[in-house]
Parts: sequence; C-alpha cells; structure tokens
Amino acid sequence: MFKIVRREEMSDGTVILNEIEAPLIAKKALPGQFVILKANEEGERIPLTMAETDPEKGTITIIYMVVGKSTAVFRDLEIGDGFQDVIGPLGKATHLEKVGKVICVGGGTGVAVLHPITRGLKEVGNDVTCIIGARTKDLLIIEEKMKAASHDLRVCTDDGSYGHHGFVTDVMKEILDEGETKLVVAIGPVPMMKAVSNITKEYDVETMVSLNPIMVDGTGMCGGCRVTIGGKTKFACVDGPEFDGHQVDYDELMLRLNAYREEEEKCHSDYCTIRDAK
Amino acid sequence: MAEKAAKKTKTPRVAMPEQEPQIRARNFLEVPTGYTMKMAQEEASRCLQCRKPGCVAGCPVEVDIPGFIDLIAQGDMTAAIRNLWGKNALPAVCGRVCPQESQCEGLCIVGRKGEPVAVGNLERFCADYEREHGTGELPPKADSTGKKIAVVGAGPSGLTVAGDLIVKGHDVTVYEAFHKPGGVLVYGIPEFRLPKDIVAQEVNFLERQGVKVECNAVVGRTVTIDELFEQGYDAVYVGVGAGLPRFMNLPGENYIGILSANEYLTRANLMKAYKYPEVDTPIPIGKNVVVLGAGNVAMDSARTAMRLGADSVKIVYRRSREEMPARQAEIHHAEEEGIELFLLTNPTQYRGDEKGRLTGMECLRMELGEPDDSGRRRPVAIEGSEFEMECDLCIVAVGSASNPLLTSDTPDMALNKWGNVITLGDTGKTTKKGVWAGGDIVTGAATVILAMGAGREAADSIHDFLTLGW
Repeated sequence: MFKIVRREEMSDGTVILNEIEAPLIAKKALPGQFVILKANEEGERIPLTMAETDPEKGTITIIYMVVGKSTAVFRDLEIGDGFQDVIGPLGKATHLEKVGKVICVGGGTGVAVLHPITRGLKEVGNDVTCIIGARTKDLLIIEEKMKAASHDLRVCTDDGSYGHHGFVTDVMKEILDEGETKLVVAIGPVPMMKAVSNITKEYDVETMVSLNPIMVDGTGMCGGCRVTIGGKTKFACVDGPEFDGHQVDYDELMLRLNAYREEEEKCHSDYCTIRDAK
Repeated sequence: MAEKAAKKTKTPRVAMPEQEPQIRARNFLEVPTGYTMKMAQEEASRCLQCRKPGCVAGCPVEVDIPGFIDLIAQGDMTAAIRNLWGKNALPAVCGRVCPQESQCEGLCIVGRKGEPVAVGNLERFCADYEREHGTGELPPKADSTGKKIAVVGAGPSGLTVAGDLIVKGHDVTVYEAFHKPGGVLVYGIPEFRLPKDIVAQEVNFLERQGVKVECNAVVGRTVTIDELFEQGYDAVYVGVGAGLPRFMNLPGENYIGILSANEYLTRANLMKAYKYPEVDTPIPIGKNVVVLGAGNVAMDSARTAMRLGADSVKIVYRRSREEMPARQAEIHHAEEEGIELFLLTNPTQYRGDEKGRLTGMECLRMELGEPDDSGRRRPVAIEGSEFEMECDLCIVAVGSASNPLLTSDTPDMALNKWGNVITLGDTGKTTKKGVWAGGDIVTGAATVILAMGAGREAADSIHDFLTLGW
C-alpha cells in the first residue's frame, strides 16, 4: 500500500492534493513525468502527472480534480489510508534548457503539473513569467507556490473576481507583443492548450503542451492514449506526455477524451448516491 | 504387445466435457469443465508408454509425459504432480493453452492411426487435482547458494526462470510492471480459457517456494538493470514480452471504438471490465464488432466481444482459412459460438461520425496469388470489389512489436533491427554481462510454451554461470 501522509482540499473541495509515500518513484521522478494510481482491487488505473516529489522524504504529490468515480474514490481516502497501486515514474521528463524568456501558462489542475516544470525552467536560468487562470478566485490553486517558482506571476479569472478579468491568453498576448519570448509551456484543459497554441503559432514561438489522454497501462502496451502529432500517431504514455503544441490534433484529443463519458457519468452518480445514503 | 497397442489406437479419446456453445457464448466461465478421476485414468490408459517417446521431444520444456501419465493411470496423483513440476512450474496453464496438436500430441504414436493421447487434458487434470485435493507439499529444494537473481517480467518465461532457479537454491525476485503477476496469462488470455484464480495459484506456488514478486516495478523506469546489479543481484533475466501493439495505419484509425487487442483484452482480463460496473474500468460494448486478424489473440478478442453481448462479431482476415494462424480448436470454438469469418477481406479505411465514433469500415475482397516471403500465398486485391461493413467496435489484433521501454534504457544490450534482444545460441545470454533474455522480447510474439522453453534454457545457463562463471 502507498500511504497518504498529507491531504488538502482546494477549489471548494473540487480539487484534492495527496502526498503519498512512494520512495522508489520519488527518487527517480523528474518534472513532467506521471504515475498511474489505482485505489483498490476493483479500481481503475488513473494516470496523473506529479505536482511535486520529495526524494528525501520519499513522497510524491498529486493534485487532481474530482471528475468521475475513480477520482471520487481517491477523494474519499483519508490521511493514513493508501492507494493499493502506484506505478512510475512514467513518460518522458521535460527537456529543461536555458533559452531566455519563457512563459508558463496554466489552467485548472494543469497548474499543479506546471509547477515543477516552471521551477525547473527557472533553475536552469530562464526568465520565467507564469500566467495562471481559473473561472473564479476560489478555484485558483497553488498561487503562492507558482509565485515562488517563477520571476513574475500573473493571475486571471474569467469573472474578474481576482487579478486580470479575462482569459490567460489575453495576458499571454500582451507579453508576446513585448517580443523576445523563446518558449511557451501550456498545461491545462485541452481548449486552453489549443487556444494558446493557435496564438503562439502566429507569433512563431515554440510551444510545449502536456497531454493527459485515456490510458490503461502507461508503458506503451495498449495504445489507448494515441494522439495525432503532426499527422502521425504517437502514444502519449511513452512518446510524451509533452508534445510540440503546434503539431497536436486537439479536436481529435477532445473527442477521444469523451470515449467513456456516459459510463463515467453514470458510474460517478451511482457512487455518490450510494455514499451519500450511508 | 502389438495387439494391445492396436487396440489402444482404436479406443476413442476421452473427450473433456465443455459448456454448450450457446450458453458459454454469453458467460465468462471456463469452456472445458475438466476430467473426472475416472475419465483421466481411462484416458491415461491409452498411452503406449513408448521407450522413445515422440511427445517428450515435441515439448519445449521436455515434460516426462509418459511418466506422469503412467502415474495418473496408477492413481498416484501426488507422484504425478511431482513428476510434472520437475519440468514445468506452470502445468495448470500449459494444460490449457499450449498448442498440443503441433507439439506433444502432434508426435504421439497413438495419433498416427487414431486420436492422440490427450496430453494437455491430462496435464490440466493433474494440476487441477493438486490444487483441489493435493497435499500442498512443496517439491524439494537445494541448499541456499547465496546468489541473487532478478527476473524482469512475471509472464510465462520469467515465472519459468524463477521456478527453475528457486529449486536450485538461488534467491529469486521477480519484477512486474503491472499491479498483478502473470503477464499475458493475466492481461491477455481471457478468463474463459484460463481462469485468473488458476494463474494466481501457480504464482502462489512459486511464492510458497520462496520466489519474491515485486509488482508495480517498471524496470527501465522505477529501477534500471544497472541499479539492480548495484543492489547486489548476480544475474538478471529479461522476459518483458512483446508489448507494443501494431495498428493497420489506415485513415480514421483514431476514431473512438477502435482498440488494439492489447487494450481490449487488458481491460477485460486484467481490469476485469467484463464485470463493469462492479469494477471501475469500463470497456466499450459493441453491437456490430469487427476483429482484424486471425491469430489466437483475434479469437480471444472476438469471443470476449460475443460474451459482452454483441449482436454480431466478425473476424476480418485478408488471407484464407488455411493461412489463419490461430489454433484449430480456437477457430472451432469461435465458430461454434456464432462468430463469422470474413476471409479474403481487407479493410482500407474506417468511417466515423461527427462525435469521432466509429460507424463502419470500407473493405476490399482479396484473392490468393503467388506465394510470398512467408511461403503463404499472397493476398491480392480484386479490383472494384469495394464494399462497406457496418461496425461500432473494431479490435485490431494484427500482432505486436517489441516494446522499447526497457531496451532503450539498456543501451549495452544489443538489439536486432526489429528491436528484439539478441541472444547467444540456446543460452539466452545477451551482449550485456550477467543479463539473459527470452520469450517474446527475443523471438517476437509467439506462444506461452515457447517463452517457457526459452526460460528453461536461460535458467540452465544462469545456473551454470552462477556455479561455474560467464
């Protein structure tokens, strides 16, 4: 069992942080890599990119939004409980290199994934501006951490309750207009990554995105996570999860993420009904 | 004697009872239900006890077939299972999934004039008897040698290596990337052909003998081979399987509803998605299912789809029945269960709707031309024979290539141009010192028993190395 040693709720309880004992993975994991977690015997294998690792303490941290039954089961695990299985580190690590001016754009729980990458890009000597966004102020996560990980943090909310009133892409455009930007890293909901990539393409700025398609094994065995990159099929689990944002077929990815939508919704609501009845 | 032998060849083989096709086509219970003791003894008495048995020569792990069959005939089941274990750590598996017709049974003298002795059925009976009624007493084990071996991959070849080396007194740890040991035996072969409780029991038998099994350990990622040596292992065996699904590279291949057989079967078998929503992993349920390919994996996929409630399941294959790579028995079982064969048919593209879901595929009729490199007649498209086939689920079972996850992380272990590990002769030695390999990662996708045979040879070579040197 992989024990939970810390648990936090964010975004009005819709986003959960779990710090988990996994010493072998913590020792090996690099920014950008993911793990697969399975709560119990009947559980589903869920891929999540790590938000943080502590090799000394032997722990990894994941931050996820509760969207279906599996993440609802995760949410109900308390400190001292554990995941039956955690597998990793999987996927390729982020290529961290000094290129100059970098913009890191994060939305939703993508901000958590963006955190170690932002910090890594700053550590190798880049000038990093970070833009994070949420629908409203209460849904923002790890703002302080992102501030520390970057040189300059900009916050956006769709409803104007905090920071810039509008989308992350508005702020990104302003910075791109200043010139000199060498790299954009965008991690968040697929429509956000698509919008960012469309803009950076106009500015001809290299863009990296991290994809989270449906997976089973995470080791290249099943091909469930196939994505189209530059017209070619790639497996996000072993060829990614990071890809050139200008080459990704986002529309296909969005459709494929809906493969089990009906099953997920039914399964999740049944789970909640049963749990609430208790 | 001759008269007696002639009589035996005329005695019909004792058929193993099985579930009726129309019933089993909608459940996941095992198809053949097993011999009774009486049936097993009757079948065992058909064996001629040849002095130079062809069956043993046909077995990749050289099971003493006349030996264990004679012990069944005598009713000494404890001695029979001991005899089997001497050569085979996974008899309950082999009795069920080996292609006996082209190995032991294919070389049985009784089979020349009549039906061969049912070696597979008897092996299965013997293992099942031990599991259900046995004493649980373990086979003898040599004194500890103090040598440590890491086995990478808990599939059939890795488990064979573990079983062979543990009885020779070595310390064995098996590393498995999935959350359960068994490899293709748990993720690939369906419950109705090989119940997962039986695989778990076979692994448990190894654990009771002292084999340690570490799941969730992706060697190449969680730990590297060099780190295993740093941890004090004296030898490493790589048996990671093939594990990279091939697709057809046709337009529309990423529509929802097109899955590799690896994904479909892993969902159904390892994740037990056939029990959904009792378990959390979903599996697409097709009304009209097409399976591309005609090997055993294709048959397993088709029969799984039928059990999950499909209206129709079609096997689409570009060659003819004669070239189908699946075992005859599997094709027969599939057809009995209502699966249709669309032979000499080749898909050219997939069709989907605005939601990105598969709705059908376009196919061409084929005819057989001159033999190709494989010696099989090459299928050639018939001009103007395009037609549409409706389907909402397509399972691609056209083979597996080698998965580079471990091998790309181990640069000093040489690979051939297909990414398979190069090994020396019949020892399983790789170009990296102290590392052996076997099974599908060396040969490309093959059978459970060939992987076990490779494991046996490597285990012998590892034992020689640990006692004599590289």
